[in-house]
Amino acid sequence: MSLSSFLKSKLVPASLDEKVNRIRKPIGSLGYDPWGYNNEAIKVGYSLTQQLYEKYFRVEAEGVDKVPAEGPVLIVANHSGQLPLDGLLIGYALASRENKPRMPRAMIERFFPTVPYLGNLLNEMGAVLGDPINCAKMLANNEAVVVFPEGIRGSGKLYKDRYQLKRFGNGFMHLAMKYKAPIVPVGVVGCEETIPAIANFKPLAHALGLPYVPIALPVVFPAKVHLNFGDPMMFDDTDITEDQIAERVEQVKASISALIDKGLNDRKRLF
Amino acid sequence: MDQARRPRILVTGAAGALAQQVISRLRKDCDLVAVDFREQVYLGDEIPSYCIDFNKRGFEDLFRRYEFDGVIHMGRIMSSQETRMRRYNANVLGTQRMLDLSHKYGITRVVILSTYHVYGAVAYNPALIEEDAPLKAVGLSMDLIDSVELENLANIYLWRYPDLNITILRPCNIVGPGVRNSISTLLSSERAPVLAGFSPMMQFIHIDDMADAIVLAYQKDHKGIYNVAPEDWVAYQHALKLCGCKRLPIPSVPPLVPKLILKTLGLRSFPPYLLSFFKYPVVIDGRAFARAFDFKPKRPLKAIFRFYRENKKPI
Repeated sequence: MSLSSFLKSKLVPASLDEKVNRIRKPIGSLGYDPWGYNNEAIKVGYSLTQQLYEKYFRVEAEGVDKVPAEGPVLIVANHSGQLPLDGLLIGYALASRENKPRMPRAMIERFFPTVPYLGNLLNEMGAVLGDPINCAKMLANNEAVVVFPEGIRGSGKLYKDRYQLKRFGNGFMHLAMKYKAPIVPVGVVGCEETIPAIANFKPLAHALGLPYVPIALPVVFPAKVHLNFGDPMMFDDTDITEDQIAERVEQVKASISALIDKGLNDRKRLF
Repeated sequence: MDQARRPRILVTGAAGALAQQVISRLRKDCDLVAVDFREQVYLGDEIPSYCIDFNKRGFEDLFRRYEFDGVIHMGRIMSSQETRMRRYNANVLGTQRMLDLSHKYGITRVVILSTYHVYGAVAYNPALIEEDAPLKAVGLSMDLIDSVELENLANIYLWRYPDLNITILRPCNIVGPGVRNSISTLLSSERAPVLAGFSPMMQFIHIDDMADAIVLAYQKDHKGIYNVAPEDWVAYQHALKLCGCKRLPIPSVPPLVPKLILKTLGLRSFPPYLLSFFKYPVVIDGRAFARAFDFKPKRPLKAIFRFYRENKKPI
């Protein structure tokens, strides 16, 4: 028995198998889609993430039903915590919801595809190289796409800057408008505390070709994570200037900021 | 003489398995002339067959003698064959000569078989690459220059001589019985090298489907550039598994290591300049061709891989 089938037999109960199969995906005859998503791998990933989500980070997700059950949608969130855990947890929240679950796709950093094993693993779990063409094709495919417009500016943030939103890119707004996709803002609270970094070791990052190398303890703390999903925001597809686009981006940023504040207020303690 | 003259077509690359499939589909309704730079193939008494270099003067005599209506150019030397110089001469200069002659002798339909390799396997490739994407292959390796140049040339002729009605096809990996390209050799071998930790998404098209596509492309008059690929995808290592190949992992980082190893090994089926195609995906979007030519591949991936699993032979 190969390692993958062994893992699957240990981790994936029949009910989960059926549950994932029920979430319809545009995949080919061997379970893959063009971006490398794999229906079998996702079952193992789902099962492992379940442990992280429920036991380790004890995630509380509020308003996950606000994400439309079908059609293209952009889930826009604040990025934090060095590793893309926030994307994983948002994805799981949506995939595990009672009512019409969806398997969202996350746009990831450009350096991931160059990392052996990890790049492929992320692809199989539905993560996709953060390229505007990819995002556009996915929205055209009626996918739910998780985007972090802060990019590495957000995930590489230091602990002293926690919960301060960095500059948002405008790309997601262009795509949302073009594909008439609603934007669901999400405020993530707790991921900042999972890997608190005090500095970024830039020379080493440069030498290794990484976006950043955080100086932090080599542990992921079990901080309690709150996900707050906001109401979907629709933006019409009128021909407007880049400044007006930036204003719309600011609206999304403001609502994410409000959702973060809500999460921080609701949070009783760090762990 | 004959009231309705049968279309007369020059088919290049006739020694290849794909060309022979195309010939067998067209021979009933068309008069064919087969040429190949490698060998003279016997295709029956009614099909004249020549072993000829496009750059030789005798090539023009074929155009004079047979008064072709169309050309199906499948005679591109693959990047795993011959030397760089010879490939450049045959693929770029030879194709230019062929197109010049086609123009001179009033040919009205040209189908050119290119390859998806021209897009180049780059880490930042989006999936479902469309025909207007930049051709990045030249940035990766000198060995793919002739493939890209051939396309550039065909493109120039496409605009300069609209009467030639040039259609360029960029297929994904062509596989199946008789195919001798590098990917088919890998799938049919007992053991195939893989880059440790990399299993890019790939697309495969069965040789019979590809032959159907070429015949369709010839018959329906839509000039332009088209990707040809089915809407089905599989990771390279998974494909090997389904073909019953044992995987031989080659260390993949730092990037210099696999290059050195492959250079030392000198495998024809896994050459160093195709390295990046086993590392990063080049997933093309074949929907424009499917729409324009009403094309639907009939052979599923599972059947393709079953063929390789049941017909194992050592490298």
